[in-house]
Amino acid sequence: MYAIVVGGGNVGIQLAKRLLQRGDEVLLLEKDGGSVGRLSSMLGAENVMAGDGCEMAVQKRAGFGRADVVIAVTGEDEDNLVVCQMAKVVWDVDRVLARVNDPDHEPLFAQVGIDNTVSATGIIFSLLEQQVTPDVMLPVGALARGQIEVVEVKLSNRSLAAGQRVRDLVLPPQTNLVWLLRDSQGLMVQGDTILTPGDTVVALVPRDNSEALRKLFAER
Amino acid sequence: MKVLIFGCGRTGSTLALELVRRGHEVTLIEQNPSALIRLGENHGCNVVLGSGLEEDTLERAGIREADVFFAATRGDNSNLMAAQVARFRFQVPRICIKCADPLRAEAYRRLGYVCITPSLLTAGLMRDWLLGEPSQPIDAYNVLPDALKI
Repeated sequence: MYAIVVGGGNVGIQLAKRLLQRGDEVLLLEKDGGSVGRLSSMLGAENVMAGDGCEMAVQKRAGFGRADVVIAVTGEDEDNLVVCQMAKVVWDVDRVLARVNDPDHEPLFAQVGIDNTVSATGIIFSLLEQQVTPDVMLPVGALARGQIEVVEVKLSNRSLAAGQRVRDLVLPPQTNLVWLLRDSQGLMVQGDTILTPGDTVVALVPRDNSEALRKLFAER
Repeated sequence: MKVLIFGCGRTGSTLALELVRRGHEVTLIEQNPSALIRLGENHGCNVVLGSGLEEDTLERAGIREADVFFAATRGDNSNLMAAQVARFRFQVPRICIKCADPLRAEAYRRLGYVCITPSLLTAGLMRDWLLGEPSQPIDAYNVLPDALKI
């Protein structure tokens, strides 16, 4: 796989290292010519190029035209956005990935069709939520650009839903209880499954309905 | 018309003053307070301090009622991103972008944006002046010479 990484900060360096270790062909693009020497000694001169990843001449020389993936991880969201859009519009790159520094910018990136975004703030926050909040419902992932949440619910004997048959629960629209873990055994959730304290239930829920699901599983 | 302009540099301030003089309601968004000196006194523009990339700043500037959004900072990428915030997050009907890099401008024209590239415009006007040709519609100046194409 040929991966072009734009932005030679810490994220870009670590990412390029990992990709190289995996055996991928990697080119790290860094705008600041002064730091290219340091990057070259870390990653090998053949894997580093000085240049502004938003400039078409640089993109051509870097080989955007044959890249399997372009990953923009600079500290500026506007630069990451433009790199990814040009990769798609000008060079027909199949997969583009952007780091989003300001979580408020995530909806825009999704709307303009950047396939995938990574927000450090968002990830750290969701990890914090998992570990700090005494919440019964934890986010474990997201689908469809964050529109659908994959959540995990732990039932205690104080859960409102404990002891209830699944078909009797009034679930929010488009919400599915998919699978549960009981005594280290995985079970598909059926209509006649009775939820039991100690169960860990995995559910798919549209982001806008997750609050309703949370209430359903709240504790007394 | 209600006009929103991001960037009070030479371009943004001149555009703002010209439109105010013609009776339009202009709001400027500018991050740097000292840039506002370009407007002079009694300029008649509304001014909001902040970044045109931030949705709350744009809302404070009245983007929901704006008829047109100009992205006129000196940062091409800031302009291109702000224009897309205006289009996708606020559905502003008309958007015009200043983009110094002619190749970047060309890419975003393909996405349906109106991009004005000062260097192409200036070179075209200089050429017309020399050759005594009448000035032409904008699109005639947005053409990149073949030698500069990639």
